[in-house]
Amino acid sequence: MALRRALAAFSLPVLALAVAGCSPESPAPASSAPQASSDAVADGTFTLYSGREEELVQPLIDQFTVDTGIAVEVRYAGTTELAALLQEEGDASPADVFLSQDAGALGAVAKAGLFALLPEAVSAAVDPGFTSTDGSWVGVTGRARVLAYDSEALDADEVPASVLDLTDPAWNGQVGIAPTNASFQSFVTALRVLEGEDVAREWLDGMVANDVQTYPKNTAILEAVQAGEIQIGLINHYYWYQALAELGEDGMRARLSFPEAGDAGAIVNVTGAGLLAGASDDADALAFIEYLVSDAGQRYFVDTTYEYPLVAGLDVPDGLPALADLTNTELDLSDLDTLGDTTALLTEVGLL
Amino acid sequence: MRITASRTSRSPRVRAVSLGEARRPPAPLARLVLTASAVVAAGLAAIPLVYLLVRVVGADGGEVLAALVRPRTLELAINTVGLTVAVATACLVLGVGSAWLLGQTRLPGRRAWVVVSTLPLAVPSYVAAFGWVALTPVRGFWGAFVVLTVCNVPLVTLPTLAALRLANPAHEDVARTLGRSRARAFLESTWPQVRPAALAGVLLVALYVLSDFGAVAIMRFEVFTWAIHSAYTSQFDRTLAAALSTVLAAMGVALVWAERRLRGAQARHGSTVAARVVRAPVRLGAWSWAAGAGLTLVPLAAVGVPLAALLRYLTARASTGTRVPASEVAADALSTVALAAGGALVALALALPIGLLAARFRSRLSAALESASYVGLALPGIVVGLSLVFFSLAVVPALYQSVWMLAFAYGVLFLPKAVGAVRASVEQVEPGLEDVARSLGATRARVWARVTARIAWPGIGAGVLLVALTAMKELPATLLLRPTGTDTLATSLWRLTESAAYGAAAPYALVLVAVAVGPAVLLTRDAVATVRERRDGA
Repeated sequence: MALRRALAAFSLPVLALAVAGCSPESPAPASSAPQASSDAVADGTFTLYSGREEELVQPLIDQFTVDTGIAVEVRYAGTTELAALLQEEGDASPADVFLSQDAGALGAVAKAGLFALLPEAVSAAVDPGFTSTDGSWVGVTGRARVLAYDSEALDADEVPASVLDLTDPAWNGQVGIAPTNASFQSFVTALRVLEGEDVAREWLDGMVANDVQTYPKNTAILEAVQAGEIQIGLINHYYWYQALAELGEDGMRARLSFPEAGDAGAIVNVTGAGLLAGASDDADALAFIEYLVSDAGQRYFVDTTYEYPLVAGLDVPDGLPALADLTNTELDLSDLDTLGDTTALLTEVGLL
Repeated sequence: MRITASRTSRSPRVRAVSLGEARRPPAPLARLVLTASAVVAAGLAAIPLVYLLVRVVGADGGEVLAALVRPRTLELAINTVGLTVAVATACLVLGVGSAWLLGQTRLPGRRAWVVVSTLPLAVPSYVAAFGWVALTPVRGFWGAFVVLTVCNVPLVTLPTLAALRLANPAHEDVARTLGRSRARAFLESTWPQVRPAALAGVLLVALYVLSDFGAVAIMRFEVFTWAIHSAYTSQFDRTLAAALSTVLAAMGVALVWAERRLRGAQARHGSTVAARVVRAPVRLGAWSWAAGAGLTLVPLAAVGVPLAALLRYLTARASTGTRVPASEVAADALSTVALAAGGALVALALALPIGLLAARFRSRLSAALESASYVGLALPGIVVGLSLVFFSLAVVPALYQSVWMLAFAYGVLFLPKAVGAVRASVEQVEPGLEDVARSLGATRARVWARVTARIAWPGIGAGVLLVALTAMKELPATLLLRPTGTDTLATSLWRLTESAAYGAAAPYALVLVAVAVGPAVLLTRDAVATVRERRDGA
């Protein structure tokens, strides 16, 4: 952060002079975060900020309450809004646990120094690469990037095996993406890490030149494919399963295609949870995070939301390739938090 | 705002008005109390602006400047200006046209038409956009233009209709006898009398378009609010978002200033007494059908299209067999109505001093206070929501995430709708009437209660209803500020559409529209009464 600011100041000396009077807030170093306490207090209730949808998460929370007797006050909103809210609230936050749709929001809250460090037993439950590097939050589920295609316009074997082929003129105006979506941005970061900056920029420029259609979010892309407005959409796998549950097999004009292993289009993103610093001695809050990475919690996500379990030893949802087949050995997921550069690139090509 | 004030003070009309006021005995204490309350109210209304200032001062200047000066920012700003101008112009034309048809013609079933014309206010623009995307191929600029226009036309129609009621028809009649065409007579004689009301409506429309994210996101037309949301979504940078929001605030100030210039001083051609002079409405004859078709178009686009889309999802839902418990929808409806009513009362309390001061004691200060109360409307809900989180935690932490703070937020968010109503309604009360009452020995308080408030009340009430109506549909600030675990119809609708459960979301959307129809119809009561009066008189 400081380095980037220094570089920005170096390249823009005039601007830097003009704003020399402003002193930006500096993020608290992660090392100063309190450690979740072992002699924690339990009062039988805690407050959860959930960026994950109520429809999906509330049954799990109810199950947790039945199993443990701990009552949960849940505040639902978008992950983005909650991350902004937590930053705005700072130490005064009523939240004890933050359950997030994506790693980026957890990283932002951690960077602001608002999380307590999780006990080793919790953070070690999930393989490195699917969780935080410093124990400030823990990964809960995985979500694969897939191509949703219009089955009325394309056969399964006509769908490209690599996202890199989508710049082909054959797909002009036929591909949908959600540039502001965190999962899409993680994919672009993966593309940069795997193929290099030049390929990533070339691909994005090619997509723009190929009249790529932009949408505010994954569900809008899936709807566009369902309606036959576009032939291919880059989304997360479970949106398709949710639509399937809502509309039934006959209602699914869109089908899923997994890019070949090793392709940047085939990465896995994670959802996760963190303990707020103010709740470092709250046994109830910690119990909930432990529950999320327990067998019962993980199985719930597999059966209900069709996401990948991150704790070893559980089967993946029916019809999905194994997580190991999607895991890219050349890619360290912790590299995916270099989001700032990705947004800069997306801004440069005119997608943000 | 400074420029606005100096312009106003230079205006000869204003000078004439203040001379008129000088004739009445001054009331220094009343004025002082009013001014002090107005300053406090405007201060509360300016919380979002103060918040932006605090955030921007704390920002990394280089980063903010880099975000502001990139070509993309300019492109988005141009899109925003283009959409705002287009929607505002369309709403002006459609709104004044509808008001003329509803108020000045012998249209069969006019009372019903007034109610139908108000219905679009009951539909949240994001629901309308959703309906249009589901049923039509319209997208992008035209999609955003159509949805934002049809949803906002009543904001111009209603105040124009009310102003037409109070307009003095004698001028237009004279112009007609002197050989002016009907259109020209209207433009030269009646239009100047209703212009302030119409423009006040257009200002509300334009500020709404600046701040809207829901409809433009669904229509995929990229405007300035995209950049602000992207700062939250992809960079998690609320400081950058605040810095970008200052651009919208500046556009809001420019709009408020432009509206003041165009509005000029409120022309007091109209008089409460003269308006009782009954004039025969224009006969439409064979054109009645065309007028009816024209008046149907907007409500059909704003209400019909989304209702059709929702019903389609609802019937698809019935086949999969999942049910939404009616009790949950009812509970949400109850909290929605209660919170919106609370918000409307807060808005009324804040708007009374600001509006009264602006109507009765024109000065640079009153102009500045009135303008300050408007600018928040140009900001996206998430920014206003965060500003109130900031305010609540800093000033009244005990009320944080309580229903009180949420109702207060609604009051602040939609204050301009009430301020405009208070000012316009009180301005319509001829000072001469108050003077007469005073000269007959009534005390100042009694004059206010028996004369001013009585005449102005229907207009003020309409403003309060408008606030309640808008608050029912509010989403982004509600998500941030509601008590943990409390749902409104809008938040439930959001929750279900987030998980693509459109079938389950449909009942909430339908009930939201149904609940909002209540205040929308009440809004027309005044106008309906006029129509009846005219018919009985004719």
